[in-house]
Amino acid sequence: MKAHQSLKMIVTLTIAFAMMPFLSFAKKDIAEAEKEFNPTDMIMHHIGDAHGWHFFGSGESAVTLPLPVILYTDNGLVTFMSSDFHHDTEGEYIVEKDGMSFVNFHEKIYQLNAGVQDIEFNEDQEPLNASKPYDFSITKNVAAMLLTVIVMLVFFFSLAKHHKKNTHAPRGMNNALETLVLFVRDDIAKPQIGEKKYRKFMPYLLTVFFFIWITNMLGLLPGAANVTGNISVTVSLGLFTLVLILVNGNSDFWKHTLWMPGIPTFVKPILAVVEILGLIIKPVALMIRLFANITAGHIIILSLLGLIFILESAGVAGVSVPFALFIMVLELLVAFLQAFIFTMLSALFIGMAVQEHEHH
Amino acid sequence: MDLIKPEIGLFFWQTIVFLVLLFLMAKFAWKPILNSIRQREDSINDALASAESARLEMTNLKANNEKLLKEAREERDGMIKEARQIKEKMIADASDDAQVKANQMISAAQDAIKMEKQAALNEIKTQVATLSIEIAEKVVSKELTSKEDHMKLVASMLDDVKLN
Repeated sequence: MKAHQSLKMIVTLTIAFAMMPFLSFAKKDIAEAEKEFNPTDMIMHHIGDAHGWHFFGSGESAVTLPLPVILYTDNGLVTFMSSDFHHDTEGEYIVEKDGMSFVNFHEKIYQLNAGVQDIEFNEDQEPLNASKPYDFSITKNVAAMLLTVIVMLVFFFSLAKHHKKNTHAPRGMNNALETLVLFVRDDIAKPQIGEKKYRKFMPYLLTVFFFIWITNMLGLLPGAANVTGNISVTVSLGLFTLVLILVNGNSDFWKHTLWMPGIPTFVKPILAVVEILGLIIKPVALMIRLFANITAGHIIILSLLGLIFILESAGVAGVSVPFALFIMVLELLVAFLQAFIFTMLSALFIGMAVQEHEHH
Repeated sequence: MDLIKPEIGLFFWQTIVFLVLLFLMAKFAWKPILNSIRQREDSINDALASAESARLEMTNLKANNEKLLKEAREERDGMIKEARQIKEKMIADASDDAQVKANQMISAAQDAIKMEKQAALNEIKTQVATLSIEIAEKVVSKELTSKEDHMKLVASMLDDVKLN
């Protein structure tokens, strides 16, 4: 037991220290500090994705973990580190690579047309003199996602190691993890999918539950990324559930979706349209629910803290900080709740697709 | 709004990372964990079932034992009763035998006594006769001359005298 704990500690510390050499320290920019405070920009910046992992400081003095930028341009793949932008997100610092020029404008990377120095936008925020390459960068969200993966692998491989040796109930942390695994199995998978068929879907349900929960929790840490509050992430997760429903739906399910038995024939096509819409709306609801709940939590906390800067008074902190703390604790609950709801509804939809109907 | 516009890069990475995670967890974590938990549950169920059957067996055994005990007790009671009957019969037989023997001995003794008494009486009669004759001879020798007259007189007198 002790050996496991110290192993986990070592892994955690190794990750932390491995990041240290990449931290880039830069000079202070006074002009940055004098800029007027814009709460919308601040909040959007915090809940959005970024090309570097910013910890503290601002402008040139910011402490940021540089992450690789991977772009798919007309001339093939281009890679460089996000630190090459020198913390610039206003499209001012131009990175020259493979004969192409790139700027970072509000965490989006644009490829400038030949000879262009300043990026210009039209009213719809579309670039006039630059193009947008496909951006496959390891962004802050991707890095946070990988952190979740590492956390999950460390914890659950430890539990798996125990279970490979014997079938006794484990102790300590492993016991807590096993309780959660049993919770997913007995309270989510079994009741929703049914005793006969739940086993096939356990790996997906367990993975998605712990991925969302751990990511949500890590997202609450200061300086962490808002992964599950990003629509791209939840779209991907929702699509996994949709694919599972489509692949595993049995003939009964498709009959009830496309040609509902037991109703007048002229209603059947209308109902088929409704059912197919419902099929798409289910995962869409999943992705929006998770995204909106997590983002909303982050926005509330940031808004409460933003009040201090909007009202320009430190005294506001006396009210804002306790409120933000309260919301933060609430978010701990939401982190679990949303993971539970996502998994529960996924299991429910899968259960509806695989259940055997009684023929009436 | 940037907020609700999915980004291809992040979508791509999320899908890849999740698939890899799903594969790794399914193969190296969930499979051994769930298998082992199922095994444990099976063994718990088995243990419960066998405990239940052991309990049933125990009850059966106990009932059996009680039955055996009851039978043994009945047999013992029967044996005791029989023994008592035998004993009583033996005692009764013995006392009957003894009675018969005793009666026989008594009657034999009585016969012997009778015979001895008869013999003794006869002896006494003869002795008395002899003595009487001797006495009478001495007393009346002078008056009766004939011996035969004396004998006739004594015999007739003795016939009159019946001892007992």
